[in-house]
Amino acid sequence: MLLPKSIILINYISFRMQCEMNPAKNCDIINFMDYSIKIGGEAGQGIQTIGDTLSLVFSRSGYHVFTHQDYESRIRGGHNYYQVRVSGNPVMAPKEAIDIIVALDAKSIELDTPKLTGIGQIIYDSSALKQRHDGAQFLDIPFTALALEHGGSKIMANTVATGAVLGMLGIGLDVLLGIIKDTFKKKGEEIIKANSSAAMAGHDYAVKQCIKCAFSAAVEGKPKMLIAGNDAIGFGAVASGCKFYSAYPMTPATSIMLYVASKAKEYGIIVEQAEDEIAAINMALGASFAGVRAMTGSSGGGFALMVEGLSLAAMTETPLVIALAQRPGPATGLPTKTEQADLNFALYTSHGEFPRVIFAPGTPEQAFFLTNKAFELSEKYQIPVLILTDQYLADSQWTFDGFDLTKLKYNDYRLRGEAFSSLAEYKRHAFTESGVTPMAVPGDAKHVVVTDSDEHDEEGHLTEDIDLTLKMADKRLFKKMPQIRAEMEPPALYGNANPDIVLVGWGSTCGVIKETVDALSKTKNIAMLHFSEIYPLPSTKKFNYLGLLKNAKTTICIELNATSQFARLLRTEAGYTFNRLVNKYDGRPFTVEELTGEINALIG
Amino acid sequence: MPSLDDFSGLKPAWCPGCGNFGILKTFKDAAVELGLEPHQFTIVSGIGQAAKFPHYLKCNTFNGLHGRSLPVATGITLANHSMLVIDVAGDGDCYGEGGNHLMHTIRRNVNIKLFVHDNQIYGLTKGQASPTSMEGMVTKNQPFGVLSEQFNPMAFAVALDCSFVARGFAGDQEHLKMLIKEAVNHKGFTLVDILQPCVSFNKVNTYEWYRQRVYKLGADYNSENRIAAFEKALEWGDKIPIGIIYRNNRLDFEERIPVIKDEPLVRQPFDISKVEKTLKEFY
Ligand SMILES: Cc1ncc(C[n+]2csc(CCOP(=O)(O)OP(=O)(O)O)c2C)c(N)n1
Ligand code: SF4
Ligand SMILES: [Mg+2]
Repeated sequence: MLLPKSIILINYISFRMQCEMNPAKNCDIINFMDYSIKIGGEAGQGIQTIGDTLSLVFSRSGYHVFTHQDYESRIRGGHNYYQVRVSGNPVMAPKEAIDIIVALDAKSIELDTPKLTGIGQIIYDSSALKQRHDGAQFLDIPFTALALEHGGSKIMANTVATGAVLGMLGIGLDVLLGIIKDTFKKKGEEIIKANSSAAMAGHDYAVKQCIKCAFSAAVEGKPKMLIAGNDAIGFGAVASGCKFYSAYPMTPATSIMLYVASKAKEYGIIVEQAEDEIAAINMALGASFAGVRAMTGSSGGGFALMVEGLSLAAMTETPLVIALAQRPGPATGLPTKTEQADLNFALYTSHGEFPRVIFAPGTPEQAFFLTNKAFELSEKYQIPVLILTDQYLADSQWTFDGFDLTKLKYNDYRLRGEAFSSLAEYKRHAFTESGVTPMAVPGDAKHVVVTDSDEHDEEGHLTEDIDLTLKMADKRLFKKMPQIRAEMEPPALYGNANPDIVLVGWGSTCGVIKETVDALSKTKNIAMLHFSEIYPLPSTKKFNYLGLLKNAKTTICIELNATSQFARLLRTEAGYTFNRLVNKYDGRPFTVEELTGEINALIG
Repeated sequence: MPSLDDFSGLKPAWCPGCGNFGILKTFKDAAVELGLEPHQFTIVSGIGQAAKFPHYLKCNTFNGLHGRSLPVATGITLANHSMLVIDVAGDGDCYGEGGNHLMHTIRRNVNIKLFVHDNQIYGLTKGQASPTSMEGMVTKNQPFGVLSEQFNPMAFAVALDCSFVARGFAGDQEHLKMLIKEAVNHKGFTLVDILQPCVSFNKVNTYEWYRQRVYKLGADYNSENRIAAFEKALEWGDKIPIGIIYRNNRLDFEERIPVIKDEPLVRQPFDISKVEKTLKEFY
């Protein structure tokens, strides 16, 4: 089997193995920093602030970071956490074992103490939690008292905690102080000084009091970028020339709209909060028809309301990009948790038969570029393109050395101005060799642009003619579909090129499967096959991934759903059946340990 | 100057005698008198007899889904507010299936000209009751007569401070033409409810029935007084007012969006060079 280099992801397993086998190599400095920090507490206590600030300090210091969050559908109270993994190596999934727990509530201590690593430490403020713990792994830091004493206000308790974590890890305060300066620029010198003192107090306290702290930070490097999945989708839309985004708020899709709205002024984008999802998709279609790139997004419940609009996009051949941010269902399900159970919904929803494209990015970088590709394909073929994300990808942040912006595509396929007015005649749905009729901007020429949700003739007027019905269906479906399929990239292979064991995943499980491959590859001939371009299923011409699966001894399809929806798709579309299936449907993502354990149990 | 010939479209598939013919003819006359050319406006419609309207003349057309024409019209207007956007809907289409959109489009005050062909019945699906069917009307689907109270679009619109609220009658074309022109020239969202006899399915609200009841609002009527307008809007029965019931000068939606202050969205080029700077914000 031939494997082009481009699809074999650069792996660093060999690097790790070299280090481990060769004690002369200085692995411990650059390599073995890999700590998980969990900030737990009630909603509204500032977990997000501490987590965000720490992640930013780490990424700006050049470390690799992976963060994820678990929160409840409430604004105050309950128990939420924010977990940050910081490492000298690329990290892309959460770990079960925790090195530092920042306990802002008692529940955090109760739930997470068993997860502490050998060197793990719990920091807490006994006066705030009204309880004292004596074990060697507990460090009582008076967050509030220090905040009052050094910052002059107890609001700065979170800044004290942030400083303390850095102190424990042996990381200096320069980067944090810089962030404080930026954050409070508008509030003035006083506030900057107060927060800086609070951070220093926490740092000093930890350095002096954490006698048991055995952490060592890796050498700092060039600052990295830090980006969450949904921000990457929003950024991808903005970077693709999206000019119109209409949606109705629904977790976990809302953050895409918020990101685009934050760029509305700078990029000249209209973001409209529609009265419902039906309006949202229809508005976006109106805007697209009028000549601008348009997008909408929702979670399952809202997307259910968009279903008729989806087929309207197909029938009128109006380009549209839709983000479907999955959450566990049915109905309202678990609004703030994660699942991959809407693949079937995305694949089969809507009446009638028409082409669609479905992407499921596995990382924020893929989310950014696949959103760009979504716009490119939807404009090129005048079809709806769906981007599947989920709460886990939406809220997880990853570090990258940067995105290669030269890979961005922007082709304007619309007929505008001269290009339109110079035509002798224009028919919106004229038959063409490719099935694609150039789409004109209404008003730019004397010709009119007509389209209809009813079956229509070439001009766009309604018809019930037998021949036209057939020809239009062929135009939309069979002429376009093979070209669209040819645009789809094959799955990415990671690990051994001729594996005995293949772990297959799609969408947001990419990172955890990759790390599981890393963990198991010391003893097993194992690889990951990850699909991010799901439908139409990529052809095997560029990379015979079906051959690879057939040659392997054990193939395991891993999905965060109960019914192995992707495995079924592969069976339906390619006739391939997996040997083993792994399913998780409790609304929580896999940790590396959990998935490694599952796989070990399966393959013995 | 455009002429009537410029607007000829497909041959209508409406029943002979249908009130829609009068509206179509009047609309074309108004368009000619307004000096509109076919490419200068877009008609958005839903599904129903009324919604077939744009196919029967010549203009940019988005014939979308039942009940969903207003959001599409909103999207078009926001993307290109230099385009005149007209929405043609049925009473079921707009007051039933799409009622939520009507409420919010009025609130936004998007510059859309909405004409509802109100035949007080579902024409295309053969005679079920619509939101404006009168209480007690018996249909095949309402064997005990319509039990719900009749929807009053005029009172609804005035209550929401809709920027232009009018009622016309398909049987009075001169008057209707005046309303169409007034609506097109008004800045902001306009609702014109047009009483439109359905000769096949509505045996209650016939031409005759309407003719006996409609009367034109006179010069003494002040359409800018909201309270008086509300009172006028409540009139229905033996006497039905036609004309401009209410109007105000609210700013329209587009005027309040800074992004399109200088240039319609569709004419604003995308500057890909900005992306580099945005990327830096993630560091
Ligand atoms: C979602 C949806 N539901 C139902 C229909 C069927 N349908 C088509 S037109 C119509 C009602 C037509 O009544 P009205 O809107 O008053 O228009 P008219 O035909 O009277 O002009 C219905 C129920 C449809 N096309 N789409
Ligand atoms: S059914 Fe009624 S509304 Fe429809 S075309 Fe016939 S008369 Fe007109
Ligand atoms: Mg009707």
